[in-house]
Amino acid sequence: MPDGSAPDGSRIRPEGAPLAGAPALASGGQSIEDSMPTEDTLSGAATLANQAGLHARPAVKLTQLAKSFASRTEFAVAPDGPWIDAKSPVKVMRVKAAKGETLHFRASGPDAEAALAALLALVDAKFDEE
Amino acid sequence: MNARGSAPTTSAALVLAGRSAAPGLAAGRIARIAGPKVAARAPSAAGDPAAEAARLAAAVAAALAALEALAAAAEGDAADILAFQVAMLADDALTEGAFAAVASGAPAETGWSAALDAEIEGYAAADDEYFRARAADLADIRDRVLSRLSGAEDAPPPAGAILVGDDLTPSKFLAADWSAGGGIVLAAGSPASHVAMLARARGVPMVVGVGDVGAAADGAEALLDGDAGTLTLSPGDAEQAAFHARRDAAAVAGAAAETLRFRPAVTADGEPVRVHVNLADPEELAGLDPAQCDGVGLVRTEFLFHAGRGLPDEAAQLAVYRRILAWAAGRPVTFRTLDAGGDKPIPGLTIDGESNPFLGLRGLRLSLAYPDVFRTQLRALCRAAVDGHARVMLPMVTVPAELAAAAVMLDSVVADLAAENLPHRRPPLGIMVEVPAAALAAESFAADFYSIGSNDLTQYTMAAARDVGAVAHLCDAGSPAVLRLVAATVEAAAARGVEVSLCGDAAADPALVPLLLGAGLRSLSVAPVAVARTKAAIAGFSRHPPP
Repeated sequence: MPDGSAPDGSRIRPEGAPLAGAPALASGGQSIEDSMPTEDTLSGAATLANQAGLHARPAVKLTQLAKSFASRTEFAVAPDGPWIDAKSPVKVMRVKAAKGETLHFRASGPDAEAALAALLALVDAKFDEE
Repeated sequence: MNARGSAPTTSAALVLAGRSAAPGLAAGRIARIAGPKVAARAPSAAGDPAAEAARLAAAVAAALAALEALAAAAEGDAADILAFQVAMLADDALTEGAFAAVASGAPAETGWSAALDAEIEGYAAADDEYFRARAADLADIRDRVLSRLSGAEDAPPPAGAILVGDDLTPSKFLAADWSAGGGIVLAAGSPASHVAMLARARGVPMVVGVGDVGAAADGAEALLDGDAGTLTLSPGDAEQAAFHARRDAAAVAGAAAETLRFRPAVTADGEPVRVHVNLADPEELAGLDPAQCDGVGLVRTEFLFHAGRGLPDEAAQLAVYRRILAWAAGRPVTFRTLDAGGDKPIPGLTIDGESNPFLGLRGLRLSLAYPDVFRTQLRALCRAAVDGHARVMLPMVTVPAELAAAAVMLDSVVADLAAENLPHRRPPLGIMVEVPAAALAAESFAADFYSIGSNDLTQYTMAAARDVGAVAHLCDAGSPAVLRLVAATVEAAAARGVEVSLCGDAAADPALVPLLLGAGLRSLSVAPVAVARTKAAIAGFSRHPPP
């Protein structure tokens, strides 16, 4: 993305763009072993509005959706992490995110933009539960 | 195994006789089931980390495969719960702690238990009820893998098999594939058990109290008669032929009854009879078309109080009650308040060790003794009543003062809700007539409706416990004494101008339906599986039978 806004989702922005509280990720060259993003990391946030929070059924839906993308997808309940692998139901459930909490997402990889948009849409749609 | 050399007409058949717990006929091969407790094998002492890791990996893979098969076959909430377990067990994040422990020398059992117990603790300590409830799922996952490790594998029985064993757990019943027929024969067991309820609801023939089932060899062919309560081993050709002829006839009758399922029930004289369904669990609503019934005659709210989640709060109850009312789409739904005690203990609420729990603190007696629990349920019911035609029914009412006490509490709950500006409605308050004292003095109860509970009314009238096989022959809802109490209740309802119905197994028994209609009832409530055959039995009833 040339500037700070994605074409179809104004909440999606490149990580490292001036966003309060979000730590800028170093771009490339670092020796973090597995999936250090080589492309831009995109981030966005959505409020968890479904009654039961991020419990079993939503957690399964979220991780299944995340796994359908090649990109690394993570989320956190605070803008500066700790970041949770959105593809791991066990780790997602450990967060025990409750209704009303803000879920901060970040994605990096070939389909990061689509992944981020899809994850935010799922949370906005209350996981199609209500 | 069964001798094949015998001449076709002679038979070496052996018949095991017990009691019917669920009607129907099944022919199939026997699958022996292990008892509920299988001693775990001691963990391997060797402690070779590589071998232990391989054992654990194999156990996890086997448990996962079994779970996936279960999830694929499940529907509704059960499918969601199983899908969640699959997702968790398939996640390396769940198993990595156990494998780390095994790598440093722990036996597979110890490493797995410790890792899962730590995970479970995280859920059990959660503030949020939804997350706390997940501890049970994690414990289930832990035990599934542990049973694989101990060699006590619970591979589901083959489809269409007749399960034979000492007893059967509800989870094993649910794990079995009943789509291809099959049935259940138990050495012990009871028609009042949870499994028997499940079997009746699913139309799976079941016989209990057979005694010694040692003669039933795994894999042998057998004929199960859930109506007569018998299992025929090594059936000869003649028995096979007669059995299949009966089964075909029953199938034809069932198909004929099926044509009545979505029609209003009327007697041969053209009198309308209302047929409602009983619900033991909201999961039963999946795939159930409300058009086949006139409403829900009995919602057993006990399901809310099980599953190890503690007492349900108002919001949890309200959500479930609303769901059922939405399903009913304006038809009346009769919610029975908590009917715990007797043969339905609830940890932390009912009293352990009563010398005779059926005559103890159960039903409404228990609710009046725990007003906080009762008020929570009444609040949820009053709030749900805004959404549909809800009615509240009190179980085990014995004297009018109990109904009056409950009515006072209902009024006070209504006043509270009004003061809190919460939408609510005071639902009609009726009583279950299941104690002979209530039946004999029904007119003296200021109830908005009566619903006869035939199971308990029969056991109290006949002084024959439902769960004691030796007195099962006395536990007959068709006995003249019980029918007189039914007729007395019908008369009281007519005199007071209120509705009367009957919920209980008697209404689902085609042989008893004419007797109940003869006693004056024109409203029945049965398990969903029995709707069609009950309507067929009603269609055959006439006040003026041909001489």
